[in-house]
Amino acid sequence: MSGIISQNVGRPSGLVKAAAAAGGVWTLIKTLTASADSDLSFVDGTDDVTLDATYPIYVFKFINIHAGTHAADFTAGFRDGGSAYDATKTTSTFYAYHNEGDSATGLTYASHDMVQGTGFCQIGGDAMGTDNDQCCSGTMFLFNPSSTTFVKHFMVNMNTLTEADYSVNEYTAGYCNVTAAIDAVQFKFDTGNIDAGKIKLYGIKDS
Amino acid sequence: MSGIVGQNTLGGSGLIKSPEGGGAWNFIKKLTASGDSSLSFVDGTDDVVLDSTYKTYVFTFNNIHAADTSIFTFQANASGGSGFNETITSTMFRAYHIEGSGASGLGYQTSGDQAQGTSYNQIFFQHISTDNDSSGSGILHLFDPSNTTFVKNFIANTMHVNSTGSEGAIHSFSAGYFNTTSAITEIDFKMSSGNIDAGDICLYGISS
Repeated sequence: MSGIISQNVGRPSGLVKAAAAAGGVWTLIKTLTASADSDLSFVDGTDDVTLDATYPIYVFKFINIHAGTHAADFTAGFRDGGSAYDATKTTSTFYAYHNEGDSATGLTYASHDMVQGTGFCQIGGDAMGTDNDQCCSGTMFLFNPSSTTFVKHFMVNMNTLTEADYSVNEYTAGYCNVTAAIDAVQFKFDTGNIDAGKIKLYGIKDS
Repeated sequence: MSGIVGQNTLGGSGLIKSPEGGGAWNFIKKLTASGDSSLSFVDGTDDVVLDSTYKTYVFTFNNIHAADTSIFTFQANASGGSGFNETITSTMFRAYHIEGSGASGLGYQTSGDQAQGTSYNQIFFQHISTDNDSSGSGILHLFDPSNTTFVKNFIANTMHVNSTGSEGAIHSFSAGYFNTTSAITEIDFKMSSGNIDAGDICLYGISS
């Protein structure tokens, strides 16, 4: 790179060489829309999903996830080989809460964390209601899932309107305690279907 | 618009005039550690932009691996200053869950904050494991570093594996401000002792 191009590296104006896919370093990879689905899965190499070394950081956006069954918890599982979403995980979870009646508020560590567990880990929902307007939304970062050296970190922040009409702002973070690559992630409720909602997968470029 | 600019309007490649808005992350610089004592981002050096071009900057940390049992930290140098020793007031809280004991909790950590201190500020709360498969990752936002009216706020959200022998998930939340009205033009990352054995730090600017 030379001349007027190199002079404009990293700057938002002037003449620059456009990225191959315009729109900044966040690249939309896939959007899945729930319609009474038992789960939504992002599998590398399937249905245009990329979840490999192409990006060092992946971001999932959860938009208006609505449960089909009352008091369900929204969960995630990670695949580290084979077909099962059973990668070993250790997580921490805490949340702030406030009910619509203004009689309960707080900040507390949550018991639905996980230590070396292989089941799905709760990342939100927290006894979500099924009223038509009840849902949860949030973001999950997944770092370097293709690494075969390190464990795989993830961080989630989700807000939920629960069945008891609480606003719950939940933070879940942890790691898949495996050195095998994570090549698929599945989301589902601990009971019942995902009635509606979208999950978007983005990759963040590092060049 | 005419010439090579006009010919490339809406083109995904070639020479175009870049958009000025949209809130997009713009990649600026990637530094990869390999037994380094520190990793520094200095405005105007090695293609680093850390000035008024962007109002918000984001650093991402990917698999930061320590050579010694130590704490991942950062500091800044203001324009015209010398040394990474700006005055910081910060907070630190973390959630944790230990693999072996199952111990868990959430709390403020006074050993991870500063009150008008000039030390390197903790990003990961306390020590990181040096196991081969252990590391830390996360995100740090730095707001309006070129401002010469206000202090410079930062917010970090990270996840790392706790020190060897007590491995577990440590979810750290550090935030604070550089208590200076001088522009911040340099940021330095290092371990509290020993080298950064491996890992990537990327710098992005957010278009406004």
